[in-house]
Amino acid sequence: MSGSYFKDKEPRELKGRVYAAVLLAGAAFFILAARLWYLQVFQHSHFHELSLNNATRIIKAAAPRGLIYDRLGVKVAENRPGFDLYIVPEDVKDWDATKRMLTGLVDIEVEDIDDKLEKSRKRPRFQAVKLKQDLTWEETARVESFRFEMPGVLLEVAPKRSYVFSEAVSHVLGYLGEISEKELKERESEGEKYSAGDLVGKYGLEKYFEKELRGVDGGKEVEVDAVGRKIRVVNWRPPYPGNDLKLTIDVKTQVAAWAAMREKVGAAVAMDPKTGKILAMVSSPSFDANALSSRMTPAEWKAVIDNPFNVLNNRAIQGQYPPASTYKPIHAAAALEEGVISPGTKIFSGPSFWFAGRAYRDWKEEGHGHINVHKAIVQSSDTFFYQVGLKLGVDRLAEYSRRFGFGSKTGVPLHGEKPGLVPSSEWKRKAYKTKWYEGETISVSVGQGYMLSTPLQLLNAYAAIANGGTLWKPILVDEITTPEGKVVYDPEPEKNGELGISEKTMEHVRNGLAGVTHEDGGTARFLSRTTDLKIAGKTGTAQVARLIKRTRDVESIPYKLRDHAWFAGFAPYDDPQIAVVVIVEHGGFGATAAAPVAKEIFKAYLGGPEGLPEGLTAGSGAEEGNAAGITSVRAEASR
Amino acid sequence: MIDRRLFTHFDWVMLGLVAALVCVGFVSIYGATHVQMPSVYKKDVYWIIIGSCLMLLAIVVNYSYLERSAYFIYGASILLLISVYFIGSSFGGARRWISLGFFSLQPSEFAKLALIIMLARYFNEKQVPERGMGLKDLIPPGIIMMVTFLLIAKQPDLGTGIIVWLIFWSMAFVVKIRFRVIAGMGAVFAGMAPLGWMFLKDYQKARITSFMSPESDLLGSGYHVMQSKIAIGSGGFLGKGFLQGTQGNLMFLPEHHTDFIFAAFAEEWGLIGALILLGIFLAFVISGLNTASSSKDRFGFLVAFGITSMFFWQIAINLGMVTGMLPVVGVPLPFVSYGGSFLITSMISAGILLNIKMRRFIF
Repeated sequence: MSGSYFKDKEPRELKGRVYAAVLLAGAAFFILAARLWYLQVFQHSHFHELSLNNATRIIKAAAPRGLIYDRLGVKVAENRPGFDLYIVPEDVKDWDATKRMLTGLVDIEVEDIDDKLEKSRKRPRFQAVKLKQDLTWEETARVESFRFEMPGVLLEVAPKRSYVFSEAVSHVLGYLGEISEKELKERESEGEKYSAGDLVGKYGLEKYFEKELRGVDGGKEVEVDAVGRKIRVVNWRPPYPGNDLKLTIDVKTQVAAWAAMREKVGAAVAMDPKTGKILAMVSSPSFDANALSSRMTPAEWKAVIDNPFNVLNNRAIQGQYPPASTYKPIHAAAALEEGVISPGTKIFSGPSFWFAGRAYRDWKEEGHGHINVHKAIVQSSDTFFYQVGLKLGVDRLAEYSRRFGFGSKTGVPLHGEKPGLVPSSEWKRKAYKTKWYEGETISVSVGQGYMLSTPLQLLNAYAAIANGGTLWKPILVDEITTPEGKVVYDPEPEKNGELGISEKTMEHVRNGLAGVTHEDGGTARFLSRTTDLKIAGKTGTAQVARLIKRTRDVESIPYKLRDHAWFAGFAPYDDPQIAVVVIVEHGGFGATAAAPVAKEIFKAYLGGPEGLPEGLTAGSGAEEGNAAGITSVRAEASR
Repeated sequence: MIDRRLFTHFDWVMLGLVAALVCVGFVSIYGATHVQMPSVYKKDVYWIIIGSCLMLLAIVVNYSYLERSAYFIYGASILLLISVYFIGSSFGGARRWISLGFFSLQPSEFAKLALIIMLARYFNEKQVPERGMGLKDLIPPGIIMMVTFLLIAKQPDLGTGIIVWLIFWSMAFVVKIRFRVIAGMGAVFAGMAPLGWMFLKDYQKARITSFMSPESDLLGSGYHVMQSKIAIGSGGFLGKGFLQGTQGNLMFLPEHHTDFIFAAFAEEWGLIGALILLGIFLAFVISGLNTASSSKDRFGFLVAFGITSMFFWQIAINLGMVTGMLPVVGVPLPFVSYGGSFLITSMISAGILLNIKMRRFIF
């Protein structure tokens, strides 16, 4: 039988099936409700975190580094705003297009981008990676205008280091650079928090006082939308600036030293002999710390590294040279103190001294005749000290040299200081496994041979002569203050030792040094003719090659074979305020190459506020305004 | 034409449910669009007004007119669907709209309702054997459905196409199909599934694969589902508060005023709000089924059941895909998702339900 329905008859038949439909609908809604409970209650915390990550980007806010001032408060290192380029890899939709655009807009290579991303693989998700720091104005504008086509790319303002006097102070201040992987591990093991892309002091005081200068980085959480547009700052932890350094450096003196050294290779250092505070420290050739700290391209960096003059060498503490004739006052002090000679002892000092069948020449072809120790210092007689040295013996010389600080680091707060070398018979036995020959004592007695000193060591010794016998530990930082102005470091002058030499002896030596610049026959007589600063000092000419023809015409000798020129001294000799050491590599004679540099330094420090020497502004990176600033500060200070 | 007795039988509860859903829809659309695209929620006001007018018309006009004009309604819907190919405007790779100046008509939405009316008339007149319809009996209504389906699937609009299929089978089931036909069809479709895969468009395939493993391609097609789950899950028990949702407002959630609006809603109103909305939908579906079973005639029953099944499948599939239980097929949420043709069709459909309920005692 086949049942049939009539049109419009009440459909009782069908209604039974509606209950099945109600059950089906009920079941479906129950499953949906269960699913919602699972998502919104059971898995809520998981999805909550994901939703925060979705919309939050963490961007580090680098702390402004501490400012650096000279001893009178002139700013030598400060911070200026600059733009950094960041990328949030999670936001990048199309890597090929993004990289192509970035390399077109900014001076950056694809390899650089890959390298930066690789280095920051361990970062938390959604933390921005710094791709390039300190964009130029044009780069900033270009990136800003194409940002919406490169999701994930961000620009952030960050403080950039600016060295006001640039090259003039660069070896002291140093420069900043991105932390290397090796440094990162070192810092981590010291319990300090750094991450890839952070800037650290790479050199000089920036490196030595990194902990003080760094400050505490802040950060911000920025809410962004799905295309990476910044909506608002959710959480802002302000960075805390680093501590400020007040240096012992006197910028006017420093700039004068740098200007005088600019065309030369070598170093100039100055110190307050009463405290051991370093007033100036210049190594030449110098480098552009501003460029090194920010927009250095690999090519520029290679040029710095490959420079034959090794510009990153701070010759003042790393250059080791024979002290040559500048050593004679130390020798004289030892001989007088040991009683080998007395102030009145006259020794014949001819053009050459014969020993063991060999002639040891004096620099002066006609010789000096019968002279005492004072004249020997004034005229820088070699043959006099050959003979005294032989009487004194190398080991007694070595002992006095060590008392004057030679052969060991001064402890100046800079990395890479070299200790120099004080030869002795014991040293030779250890180093060469042979005995000491008397002929070698002759070389050492005039600061040649094995004897090596850094300019700073020699300066420290001369400061000790000037102050009557105290060997200071040189300091560069006078005071460290927090951003609020609280002093956290205020060092007292610290002694490396006392010479233990009688004042009588020291006075003889000082008189000798004053004679060099003031008496007839003195090797640096011109210093008292051209200035009235009461400079006392000693010239030196360190032999580089032994057997070259002696000539006054320095230009005729090949550059690499020319002697190193020294000057070491202090002023005023009756109340020493400043001690200075200058070395000019391959400069020829100390009196002609090094002493004029020293004169400029003395003049700058003692000469009063008559303005800065020429050459300060030209190409130094220091603006005229700054130069004027120094003069005015100087004028105020002297009032 | 309007009998006073009709008022006494009017289902105010169901009207209240519809009104509540439209309100939830407007508030959600406002929240999702007032920042980035304020023109959208303003337009929604017009849709609600137009929808309300047409809904009133659908309540007032006796539904027996629908049966009489079923061929005309069906034929008109087919003509509109065909005309999309000639004068339709395409957007996002699909050609679904007919532009009428200020208003883009989406014929596939109206076609669903037209199909329900046509099928109701067909099944009403059809004499169904006691055992249920055999394969041969399914061919004529199957053709009626396939014309609509193919025209919609060709646009392409997979979501609406699936709803058309589900409406057809729901109505056929309620009319009764022979058991062995059901079993046989099930086997054939299972076997044809791989073949059908070949005819899917790339983005449709991607949606299905991403449904299988959404985490495998987070920035690609799995992105929608993942962002939707994040939005719902991060809402938690109480929600983030109105206009406080980050997923929706910061545009991480795609289609957050249309297909994925429930995720934006659940983010801001939490489990509490979501369950209340779910409850309203359930009450509406049950009340629709109740309308069907209380109808006085077969045609009324079939139309009411067809409309209710349409709503049910749209709700179930939309919520299923938004909560990550079903592949993303592009089915909007009735009354809540933004869409002019969609809202108007839904409101007319609800009006027809109210119409049938109101006339349940009048013969």
